[in-house]
Amino acid sequence: MTTDYIVGIDLGTTNSLVAYMQGDSPVVIPGEDGLNLVPSVVALDQKNQIVVGNAARRYLIETPERAVYSVKRLMGRGFEDVREELKLFPFQLADDLQTGEVLRIKIGDRTYTPPEISAFVLRQLKRNAERFFGAPVNHAVITVPAYFNDAQRQATKDAGRIAGLNVLRLVNEPTAASLAYGLDKRKHGMVVVYDLGGGTFDISILKLHDGIFEVISTNGDTHLGGDDIDNLLIAIALDDIRGDLGLDLSHHGEAVARIRNAVIEAKIALSSQPTAKLDVDLPGGKRYQREISLEVFEQMIQPIIDRTVGPCKQALKDAGLKPEQIDEVVLVGGSTRIPKVRRLVQDLFQRVPHTDLNPDEVVALGAAVQANILGGGSEITKEMLLLDVTPLSLGIEVAGGVTDKIILRNSTIPASATQYYTTQVDGQTNVAIHVLQGERELARDCRSLARFDLKGVPPMPAGLPRIEVKFLIDANGILRVSAREQRSGKEAEIDVQPTYGLTDEQVENMLLESFDYAEEDFRQRQVIEARREADTILTALAKAKNNHAWHELTNDERRKVEELEKTLVRVKDGDDYHAIRTAIDELNQATMRLAELMMDTAVSTALKGKAMDDTDMDEGPQAGHPVAKADFE
Amino acid sequence: MRAVHFCSSCGKVQPPVPVDYFTFFGFPRKLNLDTAALEKEFYALSRHLHPDVFGQSDDRERAWSLEQSSMLNDAYRTLKDPIKRTEYLLRLEGVELEEQSKQATEKARATGELKKQVVPPDLLEEVFELNLHLEELREQKKAGEDDPALLEEIGKAKLSLEEKYDALFGELKTEWNAWDKLVDSGTEAGRRKILDAMLDVLNRRNYVRNLVRDVNEALE
Repeated sequence: MTTDYIVGIDLGTTNSLVAYMQGDSPVVIPGEDGLNLVPSVVALDQKNQIVVGNAARRYLIETPERAVYSVKRLMGRGFEDVREELKLFPFQLADDLQTGEVLRIKIGDRTYTPPEISAFVLRQLKRNAERFFGAPVNHAVITVPAYFNDAQRQATKDAGRIAGLNVLRLVNEPTAASLAYGLDKRKHGMVVVYDLGGGTFDISILKLHDGIFEVISTNGDTHLGGDDIDNLLIAIALDDIRGDLGLDLSHHGEAVARIRNAVIEAKIALSSQPTAKLDVDLPGGKRYQREISLEVFEQMIQPIIDRTVGPCKQALKDAGLKPEQIDEVVLVGGSTRIPKVRRLVQDLFQRVPHTDLNPDEVVALGAAVQANILGGGSEITKEMLLLDVTPLSLGIEVAGGVTDKIILRNSTIPASATQYYTTQVDGQTNVAIHVLQGERELARDCRSLARFDLKGVPPMPAGLPRIEVKFLIDANGILRVSAREQRSGKEAEIDVQPTYGLTDEQVENMLLESFDYAEEDFRQRQVIEARREADTILTALAKAKNNHAWHELTNDERRKVEELEKTLVRVKDGDDYHAIRTAIDELNQATMRLAELMMDTAVSTALKGKAMDDTDMDEGPQAGHPVAKADFE
Repeated sequence: MRAVHFCSSCGKVQPPVPVDYFTFFGFPRKLNLDTAALEKEFYALSRHLHPDVFGQSDDRERAWSLEQSSMLNDAYRTLKDPIKRTEYLLRLEGVELEEQSKQATEKARATGELKKQVVPPDLLEEVFELNLHLEELREQKKAGEDDPALLEEIGKAKLSLEEKYDALFGELKTEWNAWDKLVDSGTEAGRRKILDAMLDVLNRRNYVRNLVRDVNEALE
């Protein structure tokens, strides 16, 4: 395993990245398009193939019903949770969705669960890394918002598995950022990480001490971010359009998508300019134009960014700290580019926040550092250790529908609690346990995690069995439960019914399906690569025909080459990889003598001392075999 | 570093043995505890027991590390907090903390019913008066009135309660010293008396804390 690559992945609401540790510093691995950010957008193209990232973005406008974005907001959530969300996002749920079933989203005529959609993004990142290393990548550290609950974490882990990744660790995003931040210099003291991303907000307070990164408290909102600003601006624009132009476009997918693009551009522009213009072509030849000043923009977003204040204050309180005891403040997430957000953070913590890190990349870089630590560490990371906490209290439902908290929020993980249960009725062999997460007193106000059914309790008079149940939150922040009947010493069997998650069997099936897709993907990639190679050879051959070496070939040789050329042209646009490959190899073989002749010509020309300009040096020796696998692009 | 958590010849993590939290850290069962030393030991043990250190190990070692480090964290969380530490010691020594009382309080808070509580005798008069004032304040709030004199009275009472709360911690420390002396001397005489005294201080402290909370809620 030591020789295997372990990558760090930031699976973001808006953008995702993959990074790894190159020597002493973490670096982001770019995609084939050379860009570091892979938009977390998944779409079906015209050929019903899944496309991901930048390639998928255009479908948001062209065929909005065949594309999804911000699916992270739906991870580990139930239908009731997302009802409000669905008013703001153009997601279409599957028509045949049953109550209690994991959400499925429509993309074209297919439906996928949020973990499956995230898995498409993860698979793209995996591919990018494999292309970069030229080797398979099977292990990853994936980041999650610190405030993610158990179900959201489990859904992220499932997504990793479906994508064929062994998820070695889920790391909290602000904590990951602090790892990247604390890497270069030995830092000490209290550090606040304020992380406002596309869809989630986290605040974490850490104590840095001799390479130990100890999280003291964390808080947040898993449904607060740049998306909310975009949705607000879209709503205002739709209102304007209804008022000024008498058009109701709220159900017009394409128009909304255009407006969305325009408001995002305006939002970004307003981080560096005093005004921004909205200019959107609308259906029916109409047009929406508006100028937004920074002042108006800041007034509009005030209620949204104010929602970060409560969690910040609670985190300080939980840490038992006053703002003046904070040594440094680090900003993470694209939305912290907004000047108003920076001022708010500065006022809250009375510190000028650090802005020297790229807020889009720092989480992925930190994930790469954690991947390195889990891989055995290196000189620079060997002293580093992350001690994280659970963001929410874990409780169990007791009589009267009350939550009995057994592991409090901000407990360092792994953390555990042991509870004892007995039976109410003679001969009872099953005991049901309802596990909750949250801070509220009543079970119905907390998040239901799962119902555990302890089975196989030996039949005894009521009250006699003593069942020891151990609740353990692991280093990923995910709950594990084990139970033992103490009088018989028997391990009790636990039947888990996750309230909002996929069962192991479902994940397994999705993984198998994804293998089918992976093969399909691989086949298609081969065809595309072979096609590209064929184009290169054909271009080179066309050029070579202008060289006099071409005329030195015998008629038979020339006819053979042209025949094979025609074959390649014919098969290269088909989907048969082997046919393309064979045609390439045969053409290569047939042009071998042509290549030699061209080389001789170039050499003898050079020997004769002819001026360089008069020769086709670019077809000469430097260019290598004109029709071989050379770098012509 | 506690040798018991590691193999004596290879230094690798061992399966956890059921020990109490004091023993886990190699500390005597005393209540005056050097929290700086505790933190140092916690960090040192974390470097050897945390699951991150076992990223490349086999399943068995990873499982042991998970159990050991969760116990380490549970122990550290309990011992670093003076009240949790005292409660933990009481439980270790077989003193039943008033679990029923705690549950009754939670249930009462959840259902909105009033919970009958025994008022510590030295607080009887103060509590009686405070409750009258709080009742008056609630009435006034309902009527939308504002009485600065009443607020001042309640503010004074709150301050007095907070002083009492701090003083109770001092009382607790006196019992700690008595307990630690007992542990050092190795005698059994007076053991139960000290434990009962600590339980009594904790109960009174809880009562005052709840009162302060009620006042704060009324003032909000």
